[in-house]
Amino acid sequence: MSTNAVENAAPAAAAEDATPSGTPSRTGLLIIGASQSGVQLAVSLRALGFDEHITLLGDEDHRPYQRPALSKEFLQGTVESESLIFRSNEYWAEHNVDLVKGEYIVRIDREADGSGVAHSSSGKQFPFKRLALTVGARARKLEIEGGDLDGVLYLRNADDALALKARVGDAHDVVVIGGGFIGLEAASSLQKMGKNVTVLEFGPRLVGRAVGEETAEYFLQAHRSRGLDIRLSTSAARFRADDGGAVVSGVELQDGTVLPAQIVLIGIGVIPNTQLAEQLGLTVDNGIVVDRFALASDGTTVAIGDCANMPNPVPGSAPGERIRLESVNNAIEHAKVAAYSLTGRREEYAGIPWFWSNQADLKLQIAGLCNGYDQTVLRRDEERGKFSVLYYRQGQVIAADCVNAPLDFMAVKNALAKGQNIPAEAAADPATPLKTITTDS
Amino acid sequence: MPTVHFTDAEGAVRDVQGNSGDSVMETAVRNGVPGIVAECGGSLSCATCHVFVRDDCLTQLPPMEDMEDEMLYGTAVDREDNSRLSCQLRLTDGLELFVTTPETQV
Repeated sequence: MSTNAVENAAPAAAAEDATPSGTPSRTGLLIIGASQSGVQLAVSLRALGFDEHITLLGDEDHRPYQRPALSKEFLQGTVESESLIFRSNEYWAEHNVDLVKGEYIVRIDREADGSGVAHSSSGKQFPFKRLALTVGARARKLEIEGGDLDGVLYLRNADDALALKARVGDAHDVVVIGGGFIGLEAASSLQKMGKNVTVLEFGPRLVGRAVGEETAEYFLQAHRSRGLDIRLSTSAARFRADDGGAVVSGVELQDGTVLPAQIVLIGIGVIPNTQLAEQLGLTVDNGIVVDRFALASDGTTVAIGDCANMPNPVPGSAPGERIRLESVNNAIEHAKVAAYSLTGRREEYAGIPWFWSNQADLKLQIAGLCNGYDQTVLRRDEERGKFSVLYYRQGQVIAADCVNAPLDFMAVKNALAKGQNIPAEAAADPATPLKTITTDS
Repeated sequence: MPTVHFTDAEGAVRDVQGNSGDSVMETAVRNGVPGIVAECGGSLSCATCHVFVRDDCLTQLPPMEDMEDEMLYGTAVDREDNSRLSCQLRLTDGLELFVTTPETQV
């Protein structure tokens, strides 16, 4: 912090910072996106000794918060909004980080040295020396007739969750569109809250490509046995309102069937926010293209988390293979990489990507990425409600989906992190702890 | 107010006052106590909020459920008899808790 204090006191800096009234003085690093990755970037930078002023700017009117609970504990009312807050106000003040809420950046002017000024939709200016984009992704909209009716909702941020919560009390029937993680988590929560929930999935199985077929089938059966009405290969034709009103009352399917619905919740994936990157002339391709050190194509802007398309960090990936990951774990690990870059170090992504999803009493943990597998091993313990699938490529374990089986998850995650293997043949016996058969490959 | 005394692996102590009802993990993270990562935000999915509880404090805490017990077998630093996941430890009025954080969580 001492360097920063000196800089702010220097006459040259003061002159440079002379701006029209209402414009904050120039920040050392402007982080656009008060998200999981934005918060982690600020925290990691301070841990590494980065001593310039940081501005963490978000377009929502909330302090930075954790998203995962929005479809689960927060929706069900078992956690308070306060416990979703990442850091106390005192923490940010002590660490010389300014939080800016409710400002949506529409344009960035850039100088050749990477510094510039960000302009918000309210007309404010935010001058910066260096820029980080942690702008995340937005919910993909379902553009069908009736899509703008009152009660047709999405679930991406806190305001979405609050809008959903506000309506839940009066609703009897809910149609969830999209059988991915968000859809199934919210459907399970709403079912637990006593709603009559139907899930429509456009594809032939649940959860798309995020898990293998065995896991998708397991979740289908598990949810159906818990009374959730799941319809695969089914899509909505239009949303209807009674008597030409503005409030949704039902969902008409392609075959003409109408499902009553006082709430329609749409969870059909996200689109990375690349508008600012495009305006800056950065390379964009399914997200903001970054190198192994989280640097965008201009070599100075960092872009991390859901919005970034990066070289696949998993050891053994094909050269040149790229990936965009949407997860808390990635937001954190990618932020650490960017923090090193911003402090002049070059450190590659560490750790194995992992994911979780809690649906009813089903606790899914995923270690690694299963794409390109050529063999699976199932471990099933019906009595204790445990289910795991291990994925292999040429005899090497590359990933696992584990339901209510944390020991399996931990064993695979640790083996992957250490470059070890869990031989498929031995893994097939669910009574054998995976930890005991892990080998140096 | 409940107080948690966090000692890190090097022996540095940080005392944090918390609110009844919050977890030890939340109290640590919100105040930036290093040594608690808590990637999953308290949903018992990651085992990165591992703490060692001082023996005389153990009886003041709720018993461990199966899921926490299993998750503790996957911590970065091996579990011991006084290991808990701090997301499962709720602060109560007047509680004074002494915990040590492991050298690493990941």
